[in-house]
Amino acid sequence: MSSESHSSTLQQTIYHPAVQGIPLIALAGQPNVGKSTIFNLLTGLNQHVGNWPGKTVERKEGRFKMDGIDYRLVDLPGTYSLTANSPEELITREFILTEKPDLVVAMVNAANLERSLYLVAELVALSAPLVVVLNMMDVARQEGLNIEANVLQAALGVPVVTMSATHAASTAELVKTIKQMVTSDIVQNPRLPEIRADHQVILNEMLELIKGYVPEVYPENWVALKLLEGDKEITNKMIALMPADKWNAIHDLLKDHDDALLAIASGRYEWIGRLTRAAVTHPRLGQISLTDRLDRWATHPFFGLVLLALILGAVFGLTFTLGSPAQEWMDARLITPFGELVAGWLSSGPLWLQSLVVDGIIGGVGSVLTFLPILVIFFAAFGFLEDVGYMARAAYVMDNFMHWMGLHGKSFLPLFLGFGCNVPAVIGSRVIDTKKSRILTILLAPFVPCTARMAVVAFLAPAFFGNRAVWVIWGLVLFSLVMMVLLGVILNRVLFKGERTALIMEMPLYHVPNLRTIGMLVWQRSISFVKKAGTIILGISVVIWALSMLPDGNIENSLLASIGKLSEPVGRWMGMDWKLTVALLTSFVAKENAIATLGILFGGTEGTGLAQTLSAIYTPATALAFLTVSLLFIPCVATLAVIKQETGSWKWTALNIGLMLVVSIASASLVFHLATAAGL
Amino acid sequence: MREVFGPLIPLSEMHTGNHGVLELMHAGRGLSSRLTSLGLTPGTDVTVLQNYGHGPMIINVRGTHVALSRGLARHLLVKMEETK
Repeated sequence: MSSESHSSTLQQTIYHPAVQGIPLIALAGQPNVGKSTIFNLLTGLNQHVGNWPGKTVERKEGRFKMDGIDYRLVDLPGTYSLTANSPEELITREFILTEKPDLVVAMVNAANLERSLYLVAELVALSAPLVVVLNMMDVARQEGLNIEANVLQAALGVPVVTMSATHAASTAELVKTIKQMVTSDIVQNPRLPEIRADHQVILNEMLELIKGYVPEVYPENWVALKLLEGDKEITNKMIALMPADKWNAIHDLLKDHDDALLAIASGRYEWIGRLTRAAVTHPRLGQISLTDRLDRWATHPFFGLVLLALILGAVFGLTFTLGSPAQEWMDARLITPFGELVAGWLSSGPLWLQSLVVDGIIGGVGSVLTFLPILVIFFAAFGFLEDVGYMARAAYVMDNFMHWMGLHGKSFLPLFLGFGCNVPAVIGSRVIDTKKSRILTILLAPFVPCTARMAVVAFLAPAFFGNRAVWVIWGLVLFSLVMMVLLGVILNRVLFKGERTALIMEMPLYHVPNLRTIGMLVWQRSISFVKKAGTIILGISVVIWALSMLPDGNIENSLLASIGKLSEPVGRWMGMDWKLTVALLTSFVAKENAIATLGILFGGTEGTGLAQTLSAIYTPATALAFLTVSLLFIPCVATLAVIKQETGSWKWTALNIGLMLVVSIASASLVFHLATAAGL
Repeated sequence: MREVFGPLIPLSEMHTGNHGVLELMHAGRGLSSRLTSLGLTPGTDVTVLQNYGHGPMIINVRGTHVALSRGLARHLLVKMEETK
């Protein structure tokens, strides 16, 4: 191996026999190269979305059939490199090394060859059979680039296929190449990147040191490079596999050459430079692109914020003009009639069964499902902004502000989505690149008051505060957000030791949104939410129902009431009696349940009658405390379900519950005492 | 790699429209690795697309627009091309 490394053209022969059975194809590429568009074009609706085992990264797998051959296609996460900085990078290389796909399709952006070939420079070192797809050839041509695919193919030593972003017809050449490759024996001699010359000796030393200790699935040369790059995962693996004295020699070598990472990266870019110098004949024109022109406004420190406010205002406008009526319609025309219909079917059965199905299951799951229209709008808006490339701009203009909370710009939009519903906020945190920022964003998301909680506030505030209600509502929202920022500052210090967050983000070119890609995203996220409504949310709804019905079917004597009475001492800190406490507890299933529960507890009155009754019984101080605790109380069951899913840990979920419990009760107690002292 | 004669200054000090060559990166392993995968390596040409003197900045490196926090940009040293 080491003698080979000295030669000027480092090559490595890859042999892969013709595939028996269903070929497994892996789709790899950097973010913003149009990978999901191609995946959707090839597989259509014939795809399955889940998570990678033990990870919170989306795993998309699909099947497609062309010319009588079935294929399995796995969409690997979009990554800029293959050094284990994130779970995405780890997943991608582990999949290629251990699952050994029959072919890796590497997508690159033709309009940005130099940067997007970097991943290919890493992929060729993994010894997997490879085909490179030059996507976005149309964009490249517009930018004045003339790329000769056949020259690139000859220089690279693996097949190169061209493609123009979004047209279904353009996948034909790719599919033909895939078919050719899997039906015959593949022999590839890709030219490999070399380490920058001044570090060649060190690489050879490293290869000498690890010889014989590298597990069979990993190419030795690759492991040597990853050690020099300081890759944590490979380093830990090799420490475990090697005797201590051998490892110490490696440790010393690494200590003396901590700049090896830069030498390796430079070597990859030199390799890319050699390829592109041969294949790209026309240099980029010096014209001002559409992206530059738009960014003068979109990333301006002042106008960028104005634009962001306008866009977010539009998203909200859409939610309230379309989402809220749709939600009311679903409730009045679907859920309630369905409940009545089922009640009719069950009328001959026992009363408890009727109540379980109608009040417990249909009432609980149904009220969660009515949020679907709002979720769909938010998923669509989020997907649209991401797909046109605006998301990066929003992150950019909000970066400064988010640093206060130990976050960076990428956390802004997910948190903002929380105003609609906390569920997409938590799911949206997937766009954040470091685990620390992702977890912190998820923990803070439930502090953003969602529409359901705002409904409770908007219902009660006018009855207690008359025409000052608007100020009370604004004050409460502002208070929630201040608590969020404060907690962000504190959690960042305590949990993450003030670890620095740095924004490093590609600002992709703006492009025309692909409605198919956005549609698939909305569909998959909605389905996943509905599935959750049918499982975890169903289970908890039934439990809450049972607690409110047992033992005698009367909520006033129920276990839930007992719990309410038991926790009344805590409730009293906030000036609340057991009825308000029970209302708060039932808001766990869905926040707006608080109103329904109060309706039951105060003798089936609803609407303005209920608000009037309440304002006659409770003081404004109690009301203010109740509204405060309602806004900040533990997230609803749907939000908790996605928190568990996205953090992949009960520990973070439990921490979130504990945190919100403490903060909400403490704040509401303080508010109650201050308000009482002020004579309310 | 291009020869440029000029003072060595932090990237964060360059103004909108300035060109230079990235010389030294003092960002630590994890961040360096992410920077290199987005095209930033010693010897690379960089052009500042936006720098308002506060908040993050945008640079063009290898044809890609990259946004960087100011704190990070202070640790990247650039040999600035003198403008006439």
